[in-house]
Amino acid sequence: MDTVKPKKNPFSLQLDPELFKPASDEEKAQVVTQRESVSFMRDAMRRLVHNRMAMVCLVILVVITLIAIIVPMIYPYTYTQQDVTAKYLRPFQYSAKEQARIAAGQKVFPHIMGTDNLGRDYAIRVIYGTRISLMVGFISALIVVIIGILYGAISGYFGGRVDLIMMRIVDIIYSLPDVLIVILLSVAIKDFISTSKNDLIVRLGAGMISIFIVFGLLYWVGMARQVRGQILSIKEQEYVMASKAAGASAMYIIFKHMIPNCISVIIITAAMQIPSAIFTESFLSFVGMGVSIPMPSLGSLASDARSGLTSYPYMLLFPALTIFLIVLSFNLLGNGLRDAFDPKLRS
Amino acid sequence: MNEPVLVEVKNLKRYFPVNTGFLRTTPLKAVDDVSFTIGRGETLGLVGESGCGKSTVGRTILHLYKPTAGEVIFDGKTVGPGTIKEFRRRAQIVFQDPYSSLNPRLTVADIVGEPLDVNKLCKTRKERTERVRELLATVGISSEQMTRYAHEFSGGQRQRIGIARALASRPEFIVCDEPVSALDVSIQAQVVNMFEDLQSQFGLSYLFIAHDLSVVKHISSRIAVMYLGHIVEIAGANELYRHAVHPYTVSLLSAVPVPDPERARASHRIVLEGDVPSPLHMPSGCPFRTRCSRATAKCAESCPQLEEVAPGHMAACLEL
Ligand SMILES: Nc1ncnc2c1ncn2[C@@H]1O[C@H](COP(=O)(O)OP(=O)(O)OP(=O)(O)O)[C@@H](O)[C@H]1O
Ligand SMILES: [Mg+2]
Repeated sequence: MDTVKPKKNPFSLQLDPELFKPASDEEKAQVVTQRESVSFMRDAMRRLVHNRMAMVCLVILVVITLIAIIVPMIYPYTYTQQDVTAKYLRPFQYSAKEQARIAAGQKVFPHIMGTDNLGRDYAIRVIYGTRISLMVGFISALIVVIIGILYGAISGYFGGRVDLIMMRIVDIIYSLPDVLIVILLSVAIKDFISTSKNDLIVRLGAGMISIFIVFGLLYWVGMARQVRGQILSIKEQEYVMASKAAGASAMYIIFKHMIPNCISVIIITAAMQIPSAIFTESFLSFVGMGVSIPMPSLGSLASDARSGLTSYPYMLLFPALTIFLIVLSFNLLGNGLRDAFDPKLRS
Repeated sequence: MNEPVLVEVKNLKRYFPVNTGFLRTTPLKAVDDVSFTIGRGETLGLVGESGCGKSTVGRTILHLYKPTAGEVIFDGKTVGPGTIKEFRRRAQIVFQDPYSSLNPRLTVADIVGEPLDVNKLCKTRKERTERVRELLATVGISSEQMTRYAHEFSGGQRQRIGIARALASRPEFIVCDEPVSALDVSIQAQVVNMFEDLQSQFGLSYLFIAHDLSVVKHISSRIAVMYLGHIVEIAGANELYRHAVHPYTVSLLSAVPVPDPERARASHRIVLEGDVPSPLHMPSGCPFRTRCSRATAKCAESCPQLEEVAPGHMAACLEL
C-alpha cells in the first residue's frame, strides 16, 4: 500500500480506500460477541439497584422486618410479662428489684426503651407492634394482588358487557368508606369471635379480623382498575392476536402474555398499598378499633402513650418513629420501583 | 384458477359496534358482504386504501374477529366451534407491525415455540428446541440468537421471527397482513422473495394484503381490490393490470409508477377527488359513487354486485 494518495481536501467527499478493506476475522469476531441479552426484569432490577434512595429504604425495611421476626424469639422479656415493681422505667433504668439482682451478681437484660404502666418491657412491645403492622401490610398486599389481578384481568380480557358490570361493582366498592365498614364489621363479628375456639382468632381479636376482611373486601379495587387498564391496552397488541391465532386459550393468554406485561403496574401498586394499609391499621388501632389487648400495635401503643405524654414523651416517640420510618421507606421504595419498572413515567 | 379450492369465503360481514352517544351504538360496516376463494398453493392479493377493511377481512377469515354474518369454508369444512381447533393449526397470520406483534417479555425461542406449545406439537423439550432451530433457519435467523429478546432485533429480523412463528404449526394457509409495509424498501424485496420461496417449499396459500398494487404485483396470481368494505374488482394479476374496468382500480393503477418513461408519459395519473367517506356513514347505493367520475343517478339507488366481465374477471359497477 505504498501508492501515493492524492492530497485530501477537507471539504471533498473523496473517500479513503483504507476504510473499505474487508474486515479481518478478529474484527468479525468482535461484532459477533454482542452485549449480553437482558430481560426486562433484569434491566429494571439494575435500575433499582442504582437508585440509592430506594436501596437505603430497602435496607431499612429488611432490617426492621428481620428485627420484628427474630428479636421476639430470643428476647428475654415477652410482651405480656408484667412486673408491678418496674412501672414506668426510663430507658436503661432498672427497678429496685432488678438492681438488687444485679448486686447479687445476676445478669439482667436492660429495658432498652423502659417499661410501660404495667411494668412490661416497652422495647418488645414496640417490636411486636411492628410485627403486627408489617403483617397487616404484607397480608393486605397479598390479598390485593391476588384478588386485584384476577378480577382486573378477567374484566379487561373479556371486555364488553362483562367489563361494564364488573367495573360498576368496582365503582360501588370504591365509594364505600373503609373506616366505617371496619367499625360496623368489628361490631358485627365480635360475638362470633368470642365464641371461637381458634386460639389465633381470639388472640387477634375482632378488630384485627375485621381489618383483614375489610382490606380483602375493599382494597383490591385500585389494583383491579390498574390491571384492567393495562390489560385493555395489551389486548390490542398483535402478539395477543397471534397467540389467539395459534389456538391459545383465554387463560393461557392471560397468564402468559397479559399478566407478565402488567408486572410493573402490579409491583408498583402493591408497594404503594403496603404503607397505606399499615397506616390505616395504625389509625384504627389508635382510635381503639384495631388489635385487642394485650396485643400491641404501633397505633395502640401511640394511643396509650398519650395519657402520660408530658411525663413520658419517649413512649409516644418510639412507636410514632417506627410508623414514620416504615411508611416513609415503603413510599420511597415504591417511587424507586416505579422509576425502575416504568422509566417513561419518571418525572 | 385450476387449483382445488382451499379457502372459500362466503358473504362475510363484520360490523363493529361503535358508541355514538349515550348507550347508543351504530354498526361500523368494516367488511360488508365479501366473497372469494383461494386455491391451494395460490396467492390472492388484496389491495385497497388504508381503512377500507383489509385487515378486518383477514382477521375475520381467521375468526380472530367473530364474523357478523357469512361463513368461511376451509378445505371443504365450514369453520365453526367443532372445526376451529384444527383450523387454528392449519391457518396462520403474519402481522403488519413487527414491533407490536412480538411479546417483549419472551425470548425468540418462546415466541416461535408458542404454536408448538399451544397445539402440543412437540413431545419433548429437545424436540421443541430442534424444531425452533429449524424454523429460525428457514427464515434466516441464526440459532445462537434463540435466547435473545425481540427488542434486540431489527424490523426486518422481527418480521422474519413473526414468519417463523406463523410457520411453526405447519399451516397450509397464511394471511399476510401488509407484512412488508413497515419495512425499508431494500428489505421489502427480501421478505417478499422469502414469502415466495416458502410458498414453493411448503405449498402454502396466501391472502396477501397490501395497500398498493406495486407490492402485490410480484407475488399474487389473482388480485382483489377493496373499497369501503366491499370487493369492487377481482381478476387474475395480469388481466387486472391490462384490462381493469372498475373506475377505482383504474385510478389505483394510474398511481403505480411505470418503469418505462415512454409509457409513463402517455398514461396520465387519475387523482381521486374528495375523501373516503366514513364507514359509519356509507353512501347509498354504490360505495364508490361519491368519488367516481362516471357516477350517475342510477348509482345512488342500488349497490352493484360482482359480475363477470371476462372469464375469471369480476367487477362491481353499474356503468360497464
Ligand atoms: N376493533 C375495532 N373496533 C372498531 N372499529 C374498528 C376496529 N378495527 C377496525 N375498525 C374500523 O374498521 C375499518 C377498517 O379497518 P381495517 O383495520 O380493517 O383497515 P385496513 O384496510 O386494514 O387499513 P390499513 O391499511 O390502515 O391497515 C376502519 O374504519 C377502522 O376504524
Ligand atoms: Mg390493516
